[in-house]
Amino acid sequence: MSKTPSERPITSITDLLALAYQIEADAVQRYTELAEQMETHNNQELVTVFRDLAKAEGIHAEEIRKMAGDIDLAAQAQRLARWKKGGSPEEADLGAAHYLMTPWHALQLALTGEKQALAFFTSILDSANDAKIKERAAEFVEEEAEHVNLVHRLLRKYPKPSDAWAEDDDPPAPQG
Amino acid sequence: MSSVETRLATKPADYKSDVTPIWCPGCGDYHVLMSFTRAFAQLGLPPEQIVVVSGIGCSSRIPAYTNCYGFHGVHGRSLALAAGLKVTRPDLTVVVASGDGDGYSIGGNHFLHACRRNVDMTYVVMDNRVYGMTKGQPSPTTEPDFDTALSPGGTGLSPFHPLVIALASGANFVARAFSGEPNETAGILVEAIRHPGLSFVEILSPCVTFRPDEREWKSLVHSAPVTATGDPAKAARRIMTDDGFNIGILYRGARRPYQPRMGDQSIDLADLEKDFEL
Repeated sequence: MSKTPSERPITSITDLLALAYQIEADAVQRYTELAEQMETHNNQELVTVFRDLAKAEGIHAEEIRKMAGDIDLAAQAQRLARWKKGGSPEEADLGAAHYLMTPWHALQLALTGEKQALAFFTSILDSANDAKIKERAAEFVEEEAEHVNLVHRLLRKYPKPSDAWAEDDDPPAPQG
Repeated sequence: MSSVETRLATKPADYKSDVTPIWCPGCGDYHVLMSFTRAFAQLGLPPEQIVVVSGIGCSSRIPAYTNCYGFHGVHGRSLALAAGLKVTRPDLTVVVASGDGDGYSIGGNHFLHACRRNVDMTYVVMDNRVYGMTKGQPSPTTEPDFDTALSPGGTGLSPFHPLVIALASGANFVARAFSGEPNETAGILVEAIRHPGLSFVEILSPCVTFRPDEREWKSLVHSAPVTATGDPAKAARRIMTDDGFNIGILYRGARRPYQPRMGDQSIDLADLEKDFEL
């Protein structure tokens, strides 16, 4: 079951901004939850990575909120955002988390999210008839493409771990 | 009802408490919690009008993570407690959370009779086919060949078939959901809560620690190819012959919910004690 975009077509700049804002806000929430999980399970390196990712998404959300001026984007998004399946495009998959996961795994989640956001805004760009919506969607496409590149650059710092990354010297042992 | 001010809650986050969940990273129950809060937000119910009741186990931690009223009760007894609550306070929305061990084994008999009574509440079982909290013992839904230290080579026992048992016992709404699709699950929960009588929703929720193989469920689940039926025999036949990964609302019944007349609410404890005097 794959993620699918909003059921309703986007008919105004406000709707587009509201969805863009909600996508970033959802990502902030998900990365924060993952940071909390890692904190509970004492994976401190990942706490930092997920908090940094949440912070970056929060900055994007704030930038979009400023574009909208006095309009309450969160309320507008609440009315609009209905994702049929999966989460909103940038939400990291909580099911992919592991207590021993590494920064490489976290960045893979981020990469998936950014690619999904890129695909989402590209679909709006391709389908919109309104010139202003097209123009704003093009800006978001450009931004998300830059985010994809950024994650790729970060991945150079964190190469793929060995296949033994999930091996635990003191694993949760099943009891009889 | 009272002078308590109704809080406006419109966002899923409004239904989350300040308590940080301590499930294992990757656990399906995180998504179930998300589905609960999204469903409550879609229904627009004030948190103080919802009660989440649970028993014991990983899944039963969920009341603490919501901002609604909650009761983390005795192992397997959540349905009895919730039924008592609902008949005395029919104005409240009662959601019961359980797992396959708590709900089908220790609370197995309560499950049958809760379905039979058909009190208007929603019963959610997070099924991971293992006792997770006590470290991986087989549960009533564990496959017969699942090899554990307690059951080398597997139990050899046929798994319990909760959806069919719910139907046969009289549940008025039966659905199967997958934790990894929190929006779809939230939609099913909304329908379950709205439907009168006992609504039973089994959520396949992987235990990534003691059943890492269940991470594969994501690629196995699929939407039910047919719409829900109101014929329990037809629903039972479909469920008995599906692959166990059929997701959706499978049965919507029309039985009248059980709601006893509560009589005079002004009776005090002393009046009740008189009936028990020797």
